[in-house]
Amino acid sequence: MIPCAFDYLLASSAAEAISLVAQHGDEAKLLAGGHSLLPLMKLRLAQPSVLVDVGRLAELRYVRESGDHIAIGALTRHADLERSPVLAQHAPLLALAATHVGDPQVRHRGTIGGSIAHADPASDLPATTLALGATYVAQGPHGTREIPASEFFRGYLTSVLEPDEMLVEIRVPTMQGAGFSFQKFTRRAQDWGIVGVAAWVRGTQSGVALFNMGSTPVLATDVSAALADGASAADAAQLAAAQAEPPSDLSAGREYRTHLAKVLTQRALIEAGAR
Amino acid sequence: MRVRIKVNGTDHEHEVEPRTLLVHHLRETIGLTGTNVGCDTSSCGACTVHIDGESVKSCTVLAVQADGCEVTTIEGLATIAADGSPVLHPMQQAFMQCHGLQCGYCTPGMVMAATSLLAEHPHPTEADVRSGLEGNLCRCTGYHNIVAAVMACAAATGGAA
Repeated sequence: MIPCAFDYLLASSAAEAISLVAQHGDEAKLLAGGHSLLPLMKLRLAQPSVLVDVGRLAELRYVRESGDHIAIGALTRHADLERSPVLAQHAPLLALAATHVGDPQVRHRGTIGGSIAHADPASDLPATTLALGATYVAQGPHGTREIPASEFFRGYLTSVLEPDEMLVEIRVPTMQGAGFSFQKFTRRAQDWGIVGVAAWVRGTQSGVALFNMGSTPVLATDVSAALADGASAADAAQLAAAQAEPPSDLSAGREYRTHLAKVLTQRALIEAGAR
Repeated sequence: MRVRIKVNGTDHEHEVEPRTLLVHHLRETIGLTGTNVGCDTSSCGACTVHIDGESVKSCTVLAVQADGCEVTTIEGLATIAADGSPVLHPMQQAFMQCHGLQCGYCTPGMVMAATSLLAEHPHPTEADVRSGLEGNLCRCTGYHNIVAAVMACAAATGGAA
């Protein structure tokens, strides 16, 4: 399978990329690692006539401490997240989640910004950064804006990003020693999760997000509220699917996903409580 | 678009259509057919090569994305001895000795994924090897000896493969 023909433009800065995309309007797509976009193009599910390659923008490939949060450049690859000593110390849930993305070859190329901008509700990192209360920074022709992860995802493969905006940074609050867990139920090792849960717990505070349980990643605030009120992990986990509208598809039906969400959330809360 | 890629140590410069996938560029333009096309959907890993030392699935990388990079394919692993005879890479030797193949179709990708794995994890456990090869499918289901070969190579080279 070979993609439809397109014009290829290599951007030398984020500003240039945004300007190139703005010139070409809806016809253009940003190319980062390409591990979401190229498969869609090969299947003709996406047919952009212009690709603006931002994959070589080294200035957007970093993980660094920045006060109360960790700043991650949008073009940081999954393998970089896995290996980052900064994440291991301050946001280990994100480093752990990165090890679950695809397979090693995918993690060598795919980027955190590409994964989040693609807004696939079944992906690992959108849900994990949502659970962590991340803020995304988007750059457009008129400057940058900060978007809370909880306001970013609008529907299946759809976010609030404007066509001429580019995700440039992901800001993840430091976990301050919180316990954490990442649970993902797959049929084959490298698959997307049929259902997955990213969770952290610190005292009465917690963050729990589910993936592949609706058209967007789902922040299970009911679970966190129950935990804050003193509910057990088992009782709180019963609320895991309360805010979700899980799909039925070839992998699993709605009822099965609802069941899995509760089971995986209970496991996640118990592991996070013990870690 | 003009693309210059160093493949197995040799510079190759060609005019390519932007939509050309790296695997087709390697096989059809440069003529290195050791890299196989399997699923064509970045699932099976048969097309695994290294870009700047790291394993990638070359069916999911555009040739233009590899412009200026160093690519290693299965043909680039063996070396030539002083007497002109070929010397297999320790991973290739281990696959041969452990019979880490059945039909052989996945083998080039398996070997490339395995060498990248050992570069990152020089002393892997068997579980590390199994999870490290999760991106490569063997349609004969011959995983047992493949894992044994990677473990044998790690042991034989002290992780320096």
